[in-house]
Amino acid sequence: MAETAGETPRFYRARDGRLLAGVAAGLAQHLGIPPIVSRLALLALGFGGIGIAVYVVLVFFVPVEPETAQDTGEESGTPGKRRDVGRLLGYLALAAVLSMLFLVFGGMFDPLLWFLIFGALGAAVLWQQANPALRDEWVSTTALPSRKGWVRIGAGVLLIVIGVIGFLVFQQQLQEARTGLTFAATMLAGISLIAAPWIVGLVRERDRERRERIRNQERAELAAHIHDSVLHTLTLIQRRADDPREVQRLARVQERALRSWLYQRPADADTTVKPALERVAAEVEESHGVPIEVVCVGDGPIDDGIRAELQASREAMVNASKYAGADSISVFGEVEPKEVLIFVRDRGQGFDLDAVPDDRMGVRGSIIGRMKRHGGEARVRTAPGEGTEVQLRMPRIPEFG
Amino acid sequence: MGKVHDVADDNTTFGSGAAVPRVVIVDDHRLFRSGVRGELGNAVEVIGEAGDVDGAVHVISEHQPDLVLLDVHLPGGGGVEVLRRVLSHHPDIKFLALSVSDAAEDVIGVVRGGARGYVTKTISGKELADAIVRVADGDAVFSPRLAGFVLDAFAATDSPPMDPELDRLTQREREVLRLIARGYAYKEVAKELFISVKTVETHVSSVLRKLQLSNRHELSRWATARKLL
Repeated sequence: MAETAGETPRFYRARDGRLLAGVAAGLAQHLGIPPIVSRLALLALGFGGIGIAVYVVLVFFVPVEPETAQDTGEESGTPGKRRDVGRLLGYLALAAVLSMLFLVFGGMFDPLLWFLIFGALGAAVLWQQANPALRDEWVSTTALPSRKGWVRIGAGVLLIVIGVIGFLVFQQQLQEARTGLTFAATMLAGISLIAAPWIVGLVRERDRERRERIRNQERAELAAHIHDSVLHTLTLIQRRADDPREVQRLARVQERALRSWLYQRPADADTTVKPALERVAAEVEESHGVPIEVVCVGDGPIDDGIRAELQASREAMVNASKYAGADSISVFGEVEPKEVLIFVRDRGQGFDLDAVPDDRMGVRGSIIGRMKRHGGEARVRTAPGEGTEVQLRMPRIPEFG
Repeated sequence: MGKVHDVADDNTTFGSGAAVPRVVIVDDHRLFRSGVRGELGNAVEVIGEAGDVDGAVHVISEHQPDLVLLDVHLPGGGGVEVLRRVLSHHPDIKFLALSVSDAAEDVIGVVRGGARGYVTKTISGKELADAIVRVADGDAVFSPRLAGFVLDAFAATDSPPMDPELDRLTQREREVLRLIARGYAYKEVAKELFISVKTVETHVSSVLRKLQLSNRHELSRWATARKLL
């Protein structure tokens, strides 16, 4: 399969139009050498078929380069990439050893030679397969390759083995190769047995270290947060211990901050109703000191009408905080497909709506008038001694529905 | 404060002549337990306390209280674990969940585990006592926030319900929940809808049953269901 596949141009991929199949250039870039060197090396190896085999295997196993900004860079080595002298030497040594072996055994049909070649090739592929970051981690024993990586590596090994056997069968060399293969397999099994416990230990150790590191990071983050917020507030509370109202306010503010940090996803208060309503309530509560409980069902984007509705609800909350004399205020928002409803309710003293003078802007202008101007409606239910509920209703613009 | 107005102003079941409920308090904060004990005063009889799951199961089995005041977050598996282990042997013991958490998965989780109500720890002593009496009498106690969560969970979705009887709220139940979410007490809900308080209680109990038995996707996988419409 090696001979035919290497020459056909079908391995061109959607790489940035670099080279044949990008292998030589990729290899060159990977090694930090001019592409001509890698190409010459492949060519030299190609004499005898090895280079072609290498090429094909690399085409199969080298992933397509991800698109980056500097894809248009010229062919000579990219300055951004690290030069890995050790790896370069490894490849050179590999090539030298292969050539020597080729000379020593004097023919490409010697099964032992082929076994060695494919073994070395497999090692090279696996080495190539690991990306540099991952490889560093292998060396420094800190992380496992991804599951996909393992699969690919396993597939690489398997393919190489199959390739060897298939080639040998095709060349009717299997009989002669069997001795060598058996020997090699025995060796491999022995080495695996010896190395397995050590590798397993290494993997576990690495896993443990990584988990430890993540835990430490989280702990540090949490400590920083607690320090910036909770400890700070506790200090303030101790200092203001003689002012119960301020102490309560501080505690509420801190509670809300901690709650949102613990339980809520970061949400953008400028674009959707629920976080916006919660923010309005938080702001009013902070400036007026009356606890406001917000319950909101559903969520949706804010348009101009809803923005006006939120402003009206703020006005209602401010009124309730200032005049109702209630212990707390309940705010309920409901985002329906066609409209957004907001209810602001207190159990305070209430008032006689008809008795409110016309020049009082609060209710008439900021709430009822504002809602009407934007196509919505506002109702105020109140009576002396029965608390107040401001009901706001605003249709949603259909395109958002 | 303000979270459970639905019970605060409604004394229909309170002081009806029945003996005060016998209560076990389960919370891992000793300070909080003694605080609650003090606040409750004579409204209920506190017959035991526990600070973790194993202790709770032991104390509850031993004393057989009418009601357990259960913290959602407990060492050893959480309130849900207590519910699981106790209710399998003593299905008649009532649970009222109490938590500082506002997370929907906590609230819904403990209610689905068998609690007949949920209140937050900021509740006042009187409101808590009322809620305890109500739950001990077999009713459900919904805070405005729990009502909001339930409305969210039962919001209309495209997928047809697997069990229409359990997976959908009736129009009436929806109205009741909306009013509770708006901060209305049961009595006020009744007045608003021109129905009796008893009917409101029936609706709420029915919602509780659906909440516990329905297999709605939103309930079992609440975290993802909380996402935007």
